[in-house]
Amino acid sequence: MQHSSTQDTLVGLFVASGIVGLFFLAMQISNLSSFVEADGYTVKARFQNAGGLKIKSPVSVAGVKIGQVSAIQLDDDHRALVKIKINNQYNKLPSDTSASIFTAGLLGEQYINLDPGGMDEYLKENSEIDITQSAIILEQALGQFLFKKSAEKK
Amino acid sequence: MLQLFQNLGHATLASFSKLGRASFFLLHALSGLPKLLLRPRLLINQLYSVGVLSFLIITISGLFVGMVISFQGFHILSDFGAEETLGVMVAASLVRELGPVMTALLFAGRAGSALTAEIGLMKATEQLSGMEMMAVDPIQRIIAPRYLAGIIAMPILAILFSCIGVLGGHLVGVSLLGVDDGAFWAQMQSKLDFRDDILNGVIKSIVFGCTVTWIALFEGYDTIPTSEGVSRATTRTVVNSAFTILGLDFILTTLMFGDN
Repeated sequence: MQHSSTQDTLVGLFVASGIVGLFFLAMQISNLSSFVEADGYTVKARFQNAGGLKIKSPVSVAGVKIGQVSAIQLDDDHRALVKIKINNQYNKLPSDTSASIFTAGLLGEQYINLDPGGMDEYLKENSEIDITQSAIILEQALGQFLFKKSAEKK
Repeated sequence: MLQLFQNLGHATLASFSKLGRASFFLLHALSGLPKLLLRPRLLINQLYSVGVLSFLIITISGLFVGMVISFQGFHILSDFGAEETLGVMVAASLVRELGPVMTALLFAGRAGSALTAEIGLMKATEQLSGMEMMAVDPIQRIIAPRYLAGIIAMPILAILFSCIGVLGGHLVGVSLLGVDDGAFWAQMQSKLDFRDDILNGVIKSIVFGCTVTWIALFEGYDTIPTSEGVSRATTRTVVNSAFTILGLDFILTTLMFGDN
Protein backbone atom coordinates (compact mmCIF):
# COMPACT_ATOMS: atom_id res chain seq x y z
CA MET A 1 0.00 0.00 0.00
CA GLN A 2 1.40 3.36 -1.02
CA HIS A 3 1.61 6.45 1.10
CA SER A 4 -1.92 7.74 1.51
CA SER A 5 -1.45 11.26 0.17
CA THR A 6 -0.03 9.89 -3.10
CA GLN A 7 -3.04 7.62 -3.27
CA ASP A 8 -5.38 10.55 -2.68
CA THR A 9 -3.75 12.46 -5.51
CA LEU A 10 -4.00 9.55 -7.93
CA VAL A 11 -7.66 8.90 -7.09
CA GLY A 12 -8.35 12.62 -7.47
CA LEU A 13 -6.64 12.66 -10.86
CA PHE A 14 -8.62 9.57 -11.89
CA VAL A 15 -11.99 11.10 -11.02
CA ALA A 16 -11.02 14.44 -12.58
CA SER A 17 -9.98 12.72 -15.80
CA GLY A 18 -13.41 11.04 -15.89
CA ILE A 19 -15.14 14.42 -15.60
CA VAL A 20 -12.88 15.96 -18.26
CA GLY A 21 -13.60 12.93 -20.49
CA LEU A 22 -17.37 13.38 -20.14
CA PHE A 23 -16.95 17.08 -20.95
CA PHE A 24 -14.92 16.16 -24.03
CA LEU A 25 -17.59 13.70 -25.17
CA ALA A 26 -20.33 16.26 -24.62
CA MET A 27 -18.63 19.16 -26.38
CA GLN A 28 -16.49 17.58 -29.05
CA ILE A 29 -18.45 14.49 -30.07
CA SER A 30 -22.14 15.17 -29.44
CA ASN A 31 -24.31 18.08 -30.47
CA LEU A 32 -24.47 19.63 -27.00
CA SER A 33 -22.29 22.56 -28.04
CA SER A 34 -24.88 23.64 -30.62
CA PHE A 35 -27.41 24.28 -27.83
CA VAL A 36 -25.20 26.99 -26.43
CA GLU A 37 -25.63 29.34 -29.38
CA ALA A 38 -29.35 29.69 -28.77
CA ASP A 39 -29.50 33.48 -29.25
CA GLY A 40 -31.34 34.30 -32.44
CA TYR A 41 -34.56 35.38 -34.09
CA THR A 42 -37.25 33.18 -35.60
CA VAL A 43 -38.77 33.61 -39.05
CA LYS A 44 -41.48 31.54 -40.72
CA ALA A 45 -41.71 29.98 -44.14
CA ARG A 46 -44.52 27.94 -45.71
CA PHE A 47 -43.72 25.09 -48.08
CA GLN A 48 -45.99 22.90 -50.22
CA ASN A 49 -43.90 19.94 -49.14
CA ALA A 50 -41.26 19.87 -46.42
CA GLY A 51 -39.84 16.57 -47.68
CA GLY A 52 -37.30 15.01 -45.35
CA LEU A 53 -36.65 18.22 -43.42
CA LYS A 54 -36.17 17.65 -39.70
CA ILE A 55 -35.93 19.77 -36.58
CA LYS A 56 -32.29 20.95 -36.27
CA SER A 57 -31.75 20.67 -40.03
CA PRO A 58 -29.24 23.34 -41.07
CA VAL A 59 -30.24 26.66 -42.68
CA SER A 60 -27.61 28.25 -44.85
CA VAL A 61 -26.91 31.21 -47.10
CA ALA A 62 -24.38 30.64 -49.86
CA GLY A 63 -23.28 27.44 -48.17
CA VAL A 64 -22.63 29.09 -44.79
CA LYS A 65 -24.72 27.78 -41.89
CA ILE A 66 -26.57 30.67 -40.25
CA GLY A 67 -29.22 28.86 -38.21
CA GLN A 68 -31.40 25.81 -37.92
CA VAL A 69 -35.00 24.61 -38.22
CA SER A 70 -36.71 24.94 -34.85
CA ALA A 71 -40.23 23.61 -35.61
CA ILE A 72 -42.23 22.03 -38.43
CA GLN A 73 -46.04 22.16 -38.28
CA LEU A 74 -49.02 21.84 -40.58
CA ASP A 75 -50.89 25.12 -41.08
CA ASP A 76 -54.62 25.62 -41.82
CA ASP A 77 -54.11 25.36 -45.61
CA HIS A 78 -52.38 21.98 -45.22
CA ARG A 79 -49.01 23.42 -45.97
CA ALA A 80 -45.85 22.86 -43.98
CA LEU A 81 -45.11 25.77 -41.66
CA VAL A 82 -41.40 25.74 -40.92
CA LYS A 83 -39.93 27.94 -38.22
CA ILE A 84 -36.33 28.89 -38.73
CA LYS A 85 -34.06 30.17 -36.03
CA ILE A 86 -31.33 32.45 -37.37
CA ASN A 87 -28.35 33.52 -35.30
CA ASN A 88 -28.42 37.17 -34.22
CA GLN A 89 -25.18 38.05 -35.99
CA TYR A 90 -26.92 37.50 -39.35
CA ASN A 91 -29.61 40.18 -38.98
CA LYS A 92 -29.13 41.87 -42.37
CA LEU A 93 -31.20 39.50 -44.54
CA PRO A 94 -33.49 41.42 -46.94
CA SER A 95 -37.23 40.85 -46.44
CA ASP A 96 -37.68 39.47 -49.98
CA THR A 97 -35.26 36.62 -49.32
CA SER A 98 -36.45 33.33 -50.80
CA ALA A 99 -36.19 29.92 -49.15
CA SER A 100 -35.77 26.56 -50.87
CA ILE A 101 -35.29 23.04 -49.58
CA PHE A 102 -32.23 21.40 -51.07
CA THR A 103 -30.56 18.04 -50.59
CA ALA A 104 -26.89 17.83 -49.70
CA GLY A 105 -25.55 15.40 -52.29
CA LEU A 106 -27.66 12.73 -53.96
CA LEU A 107 -28.60 10.89 -50.77
CA GLY A 108 -27.59 13.43 -48.14
CA GLU A 109 -29.79 15.17 -45.59
CA GLN A 110 -32.06 18.04 -46.56
CA TYR A 111 -31.41 21.65 -45.62
CA ILE A 112 -32.95 25.07 -46.24
CA ASN A 113 -31.06 27.43 -48.51
CA LEU A 114 -31.88 31.14 -48.25
CA ASP A 115 -31.34 33.31 -51.29
CA PRO A 116 -31.07 36.99 -50.26
CA GLY A 117 -33.12 39.49 -52.28
CA GLY A 118 -32.54 43.23 -52.76
CA MET A 119 -35.02 45.05 -50.47
CA ASP A 120 -33.89 47.66 -47.97
CA GLU A 121 -35.98 46.19 -45.13
CA TYR A 122 -34.59 43.28 -43.19
CA LEU A 123 -36.13 40.08 -41.85
CA LYS A 124 -36.86 40.30 -38.13
CA GLU A 125 -38.52 38.26 -35.38
CA ASN A 126 -41.72 36.55 -36.64
CA SER A 127 -41.56 37.89 -40.20
CA GLU A 128 -42.49 35.47 -42.95
CA ILE A 129 -40.55 34.43 -46.04
CA ASP A 130 -43.04 34.63 -48.93
CA ILE A 131 -41.09 33.10 -51.80
CA THR A 132 -40.48 29.42 -51.14
CA GLN A 133 -39.59 26.39 -53.19
CA SER A 134 -40.56 22.94 -51.91
CA ALA A 135 -38.39 19.92 -51.54
CA ILE A 136 -37.82 17.95 -54.71
CA ILE A 137 -39.24 14.48 -54.16
CA LEU A 138 -37.24 12.00 -56.19
CA GLU A 139 -40.26 9.80 -56.97
CA GLN A 140 -42.31 12.75 -58.25
CA ALA A 141 -39.46 14.04 -60.37
CA LEU A 142 -38.93 10.58 -61.87
CA GLY A 143 -42.66 10.21 -62.49
CA GLN A 144 -42.84 13.53 -64.34
CA PHE A 145 -39.77 12.65 -66.38
CA LEU A 146 -41.21 9.29 -67.47
CA PHE A 147 -44.59 10.87 -68.23
CA LYS A 148 -42.93 13.47 -70.44
CA LYS A 149 -40.86 10.84 -72.23
CA SER A 150 -43.90 8.71 -73.05
CA ALA A 151 -45.79 11.79 -74.25
CA GLU A 152 -42.93 12.69 -76.60
CA LYS A 153 -43.02 9.25 -78.27
CA LYS A 154 -46.63 9.59 -79.43
CA MET B 1 -33.83 -42.27 -15.10
CA LEU B 2 -34.81 -41.29 -11.58
CA GLN B 3 -31.20 -40.30 -11.01
CA LEU B 4 -31.44 -37.83 -13.91
CA PHE B 5 -34.44 -36.03 -12.44
CA GLN B 6 -32.80 -36.03 -9.06
CA ASN B 7 -29.71 -34.36 -10.49
CA LEU B 8 -31.82 -31.82 -12.38
CA GLY B 9 -33.81 -30.98 -9.27
CA HIS B 10 -30.67 -30.67 -7.21
CA ALA B 11 -29.06 -28.34 -9.74
CA THR B 12 -32.19 -26.16 -9.94
CA LEU B 13 -32.51 -25.87 -6.18
CA ALA B 14 -28.81 -25.15 -5.83
CA SER B 15 -28.91 -22.33 -8.36
CA PHE B 16 -32.00 -20.81 -6.72
CA SER B 17 -30.43 -20.94 -3.30
CA LYS B 18 -27.30 -19.29 -4.70
CA LEU B 19 -29.41 -16.53 -6.24
CA GLY B 20 -31.14 -16.07 -2.89
CA ARG B 21 -27.86 -15.86 -1.01
CA ALA B 22 -26.54 -13.40 -3.59
CA SER B 23 -29.62 -11.18 -3.16
CA PHE B 24 -29.32 -11.10 0.64
CA PHE B 25 -25.61 -10.43 0.23
CA LEU B 26 -26.36 -7.46 -2.05
CA LEU B 27 -28.98 -6.02 0.33
CA HIS B 28 -26.57 -6.37 3.24
CA ALA B 29 -23.78 -4.65 1.30
CA LEU B 30 -26.11 -1.81 0.23
CA SER B 31 -27.16 -1.30 3.85
CA GLY B 32 -23.51 -0.64 4.65
CA LEU B 33 -23.23 2.22 2.15
CA PRO B 34 -24.54 5.06 4.40
CA LYS B 35 -21.98 4.20 7.11
CA LEU B 36 -19.30 4.21 4.44
CA LEU B 37 -19.79 7.94 3.88
CA LEU B 38 -18.44 8.55 7.38
CA ARG B 39 -15.19 6.76 6.50
CA PRO B 40 -14.22 7.90 2.99
CA ARG B 41 -10.67 6.61 3.44
CA LEU B 42 -11.89 3.02 2.92
CA LEU B 43 -13.52 4.08 -0.34
CA ILE B 44 -10.44 5.94 -1.58
CA ASN B 45 -8.23 2.90 -0.96
CA GLN B 46 -10.58 0.77 -3.05
CA LEU B 47 -11.02 3.37 -5.80
CA TYR B 48 -7.25 3.31 -6.10
CA SER B 49 -6.93 -0.45 -6.47
CA VAL B 50 -10.06 -0.90 -8.63
CA GLY B 51 -9.99 2.27 -10.72
CA VAL B 52 -6.54 3.84 -10.90
CA LEU B 53 -4.76 0.53 -11.40
CA SER B 54 -7.15 -0.39 -14.26
CA PHE B 55 -6.51 2.95 -15.96
CA LEU B 56 -3.59 1.83 -18.10
CA ILE B 57 -5.13 -1.33 -19.58
CA ILE B 58 -8.38 0.51 -20.34
CA THR B 59 -6.75 3.45 -22.11
CA ILE B 60 -4.36 1.31 -24.15
CA SER B 61 -7.17 -1.04 -25.20
CA GLY B 62 -9.34 1.96 -26.09
CA LEU B 63 -6.61 3.42 -28.26
CA PHE B 64 -6.16 0.23 -30.24
CA VAL B 65 -9.89 -0.51 -30.56
CA GLY B 66 -10.49 3.00 -31.92
CA MET B 67 -7.61 2.66 -34.37
CA VAL B 68 -8.85 -0.71 -35.65
CA ILE B 69 -12.46 0.47 -36.14
CA SER B 70 -11.19 3.51 -37.99
CA PHE B 71 -9.00 1.40 -40.25
CA GLN B 72 -11.67 -1.18 -41.08
CA GLY B 73 -14.43 1.42 -41.36
CA PHE B 74 -12.41 3.48 -43.81
CA HIS B 75 -12.06 0.60 -46.26
CA ILE B 76 -15.78 -0.21 -46.21
CA LEU B 77 -16.95 3.42 -46.31
CA SER B 78 -14.57 4.35 -49.13
CA ASP B 79 -16.42 1.84 -51.36
CA PHE B 80 -19.43 4.17 -51.13
CA GLY B 81 -17.40 7.36 -51.25
CA ALA B 82 -18.54 8.14 -47.70
CA GLU B 83 -15.17 8.42 -45.94
CA GLU B 84 -16.37 11.64 -44.28
CA THR B 85 -18.79 9.67 -42.09
CA LEU B 86 -15.88 7.74 -40.56
CA GLY B 87 -16.04 9.95 -37.46
CA VAL B 88 -19.72 9.08 -36.91
CA MET B 89 -19.00 5.38 -37.26
CA VAL B 90 -16.07 5.38 -34.84
CA ALA B 91 -17.74 7.58 -32.24
CA ALA B 92 -21.17 5.93 -32.36
CA SER B 93 -19.84 2.39 -32.07
CA LEU B 94 -17.49 3.36 -29.24
CA VAL B 95 -19.90 5.48 -27.20
CA ARG B 96 -22.92 3.23 -27.59
CA GLU B 97 -21.51 -0.28 -27.49
CA LEU B 98 -17.79 -0.93 -27.42
CA GLY B 99 -16.91 1.58 -24.70
CA PRO B 100 -19.22 0.18 -22.00
CA VAL B 101 -18.95 -3.48 -23.05
CA MET B 102 -15.19 -3.73 -23.61
CA THR B 103 -14.53 -1.77 -20.42
CA ALA B 104 -16.77 -4.10 -18.45
CA LEU B 105 -15.09 -7.21 -19.89
CA LEU B 106 -11.61 -5.86 -19.19
CA PHE B 107 -12.73 -4.68 -15.76
CA ALA B 108 -14.01 -8.18 -14.94
CA GLY B 109 -10.65 -9.64 -15.92
CA ARG B 110 -8.47 -6.99 -14.31
CA ALA B 111 -10.35 -5.89 -11.17
CA GLY B 112 -13.14 -8.45 -10.76
CA SER B 113 -10.84 -11.45 -10.56
CA ALA B 114 -8.60 -9.62 -8.08
CA LEU B 115 -11.60 -8.80 -5.87
CA THR B 116 -12.77 -12.43 -5.87
CA ALA B 117 -9.29 -13.76 -5.05
CA GLU B 118 -8.82 -11.19 -2.29
CA ILE B 119 -12.17 -11.85 -0.59
CA GLY B 120 -11.86 -15.60 -1.13
CA LEU B 121 -8.44 -15.69 0.46
CA MET B 122 -9.69 -13.58 3.37
CA LYS B 123 -12.36 -16.21 3.88
CA ALA B 124 -9.93 -19.12 3.50
CA THR B 125 -7.56 -17.62 6.08
CA GLU B 126 -10.54 -16.92 8.34
CA GLN B 127 -9.98 -13.18 8.43
CA LEU B 128 -13.70 -12.63 7.84
CA SER B 129 -14.63 -14.89 10.78
CA GLY B 130 -12.02 -13.05 12.85
CA MET B 131 -13.72 -9.74 12.13
CA GLU B 132 -17.07 -11.18 13.14
CA MET B 133 -15.50 -12.29 16.42
CA MET B 134 -14.45 -8.67 17.00
CA ALA B 135 -18.05 -7.55 16.31
CA VAL B 136 -17.06 -5.87 13.03
CA ASP B 137 -19.47 -6.64 10.22
CA PRO B 138 -17.23 -7.89 7.39
CA ILE B 139 -19.84 -7.17 4.73
CA GLN B 140 -20.14 -3.53 5.75
CA ARG B 141 -16.43 -3.07 6.40
CA ILE B 142 -14.89 -5.08 3.52
CA ILE B 143 -17.57 -5.56 0.86
CA ALA B 144 -19.46 -2.23 0.84
CA PRO B 145 -16.47 0.02 0.01
CA ARG B 146 -15.38 -2.33 -2.78
CA TYR B 147 -18.90 -2.39 -4.21
CA LEU B 148 -19.23 1.39 -4.26
CA ALA B 149 -15.74 1.76 -5.73
CA GLY B 150 -16.67 -0.61 -8.58
CA ILE B 151 -19.85 1.35 -9.35
CA ILE B 152 -17.96 4.68 -9.40
CA ALA B 153 -14.93 3.45 -11.33
CA MET B 154 -16.75 1.68 -14.19
CA PRO B 155 -18.45 4.71 -15.83
CA ILE B 156 -15.26 6.78 -15.49
CA LEU B 157 -13.24 4.03 -17.17
CA ALA B 158 -15.85 3.61 -19.92
CA ILE B 159 -15.85 7.37 -20.64
CA LEU B 160 -12.05 7.34 -20.83
CA PHE B 161 -12.16 4.29 -23.12
CA SER B 162 -14.50 6.09 -25.53
CA CYS B 163 -12.48 9.33 -25.47
CA ILE B 164 -9.16 7.63 -26.14
CA GLY B 165 -10.83 5.41 -28.74
CA VAL B 166 -12.13 8.43 -30.67
CA LEU B 167 -8.70 10.04 -30.51
CA GLY B 168 -7.16 6.79 -31.78
CA GLY B 169 -9.71 6.69 -34.60
CA HIS B 170 -8.86 10.30 -35.41
CA LEU B 171 -5.16 9.45 -35.46
CA VAL B 172 -5.62 6.65 -38.00
CA GLY B 173 -8.46 8.21 -40.01
CA VAL B 174 -7.19 11.77 -40.34
CA SER B 175 -3.42 11.54 -39.97
CA LEU B 176 -2.84 8.21 -41.69
CA LEU B 177 -5.68 7.66 -44.18
CA GLY B 178 -6.33 11.28 -45.06
CA VAL B 179 -9.97 11.87 -44.06
CA ASP B 180 -10.76 15.58 -43.78
CA ASP B 181 -10.27 16.79 -40.21
CA GLY B 182 -13.24 19.18 -40.18
CA ALA B 183 -15.65 16.65 -41.68
CA PHE B 184 -14.54 14.01 -39.17
CA TRP B 185 -15.61 16.14 -36.18
CA ALA B 186 -18.51 18.02 -37.80
CA GLN B 187 -20.34 14.87 -38.99
CA MET B 188 -19.81 13.34 -35.57
CA GLN B 189 -21.28 16.34 -33.81
CA SER B 190 -24.30 16.52 -36.10
CA LYS B 191 -25.18 12.83 -35.80
CA LEU B 192 -24.52 12.03 -32.13
CA ASP B 193 -26.89 13.24 -29.47
CA PHE B 194 -25.75 13.93 -25.91
CA ARG B 195 -28.72 12.35 -24.18
CA ASP B 196 -29.53 9.54 -26.60
CA ASP B 197 -25.98 8.35 -27.20
CA ILE B 198 -23.59 9.50 -24.52
CA LEU B 199 -25.84 9.40 -21.45
CA ASN B 200 -27.24 6.01 -22.48
CA GLY B 201 -23.67 4.72 -22.78
CA VAL B 202 -22.88 6.00 -19.30
CA ILE B 203 -26.06 4.40 -17.90
CA LYS B 204 -25.02 1.11 -19.49
CA SER B 205 -21.62 1.23 -17.86
CA ILE B 206 -23.13 2.02 -14.44
CA VAL B 207 -25.38 -1.06 -14.79
CA PHE B 208 -22.36 -3.16 -15.80
CA GLY B 209 -20.38 -1.75 -12.85
CA CYS B 210 -23.11 -2.82 -10.39
CA THR B 211 -23.37 -6.29 -11.95
CA VAL B 212 -19.70 -7.15 -12.39
CA THR B 213 -18.71 -5.97 -8.93
CA TRP B 214 -21.65 -7.81 -7.38
CA ILE B 215 -20.69 -11.07 -9.12
CA ALA B 216 -17.00 -10.69 -8.20
CA LEU B 217 -17.64 -9.90 -4.54
CA PHE B 218 -20.29 -12.57 -4.09
CA GLU B 219 -18.20 -15.30 -5.71
CA GLY B 220 -15.35 -14.40 -3.37
CA TYR B 221 -17.60 -14.31 -0.32
CA ASP B 222 -19.37 -17.54 -1.25
CA THR B 223 -16.21 -19.49 -2.11
CA ILE B 224 -15.30 -22.86 -0.65
CA PRO B 225 -12.45 -21.83 1.68
CA THR B 226 -9.67 -23.86 0.10
CA SER B 227 -7.04 -22.90 -2.45
CA GLU B 228 -8.91 -24.86 -5.11
CA GLY B 229 -12.17 -23.21 -4.15
CA VAL B 230 -10.65 -19.73 -4.52
CA SER B 231 -9.24 -20.56 -7.94
CA ARG B 232 -12.60 -21.90 -9.12
CA ALA B 233 -14.41 -18.86 -7.78
CA THR B 234 -12.03 -16.57 -9.66
CA THR B 235 -12.70 -18.43 -12.90
CA ARG B 236 -16.44 -18.30 -12.31
CA THR B 237 -16.25 -14.54 -11.75
CA VAL B 238 -14.70 -13.90 -15.16
CA VAL B 239 -16.93 -16.37 -17.04
CA ASN B 240 -20.20 -15.35 -15.37
CA SER B 241 -19.38 -11.66 -15.69
CA ALA B 242 -18.71 -12.01 -19.41
CA PHE B 243 -22.02 -13.83 -20.03
CA THR B 244 -23.98 -11.38 -17.90
CA ILE B 245 -22.41 -8.33 -19.54
CA LEU B 246 -23.14 -9.52 -23.07
CA GLY B 247 -26.69 -10.62 -22.25
CA LEU B 248 -27.48 -7.41 -20.36
CA ASP B 249 -25.99 -5.37 -23.18
CA PHE B 250 -28.42 -6.88 -25.66
CA ILE B 251 -31.38 -6.13 -23.39
CA LEU B 252 -30.22 -2.57 -22.68
CA THR B 253 -29.55 -1.91 -26.36
CA THR B 254 -33.03 -3.00 -27.42
CA LEU B 255 -34.54 -0.84 -24.66
CA MET B 256 -32.42 2.24 -25.42
CA PHE B 257 -31.97 2.18 -29.18
CA GLY B 258 -34.81 -0.12 -30.24
CA ASP B 259 -37.20 2.64 -31.31
CA ASN B 260 -35.02 4.39 -33.86
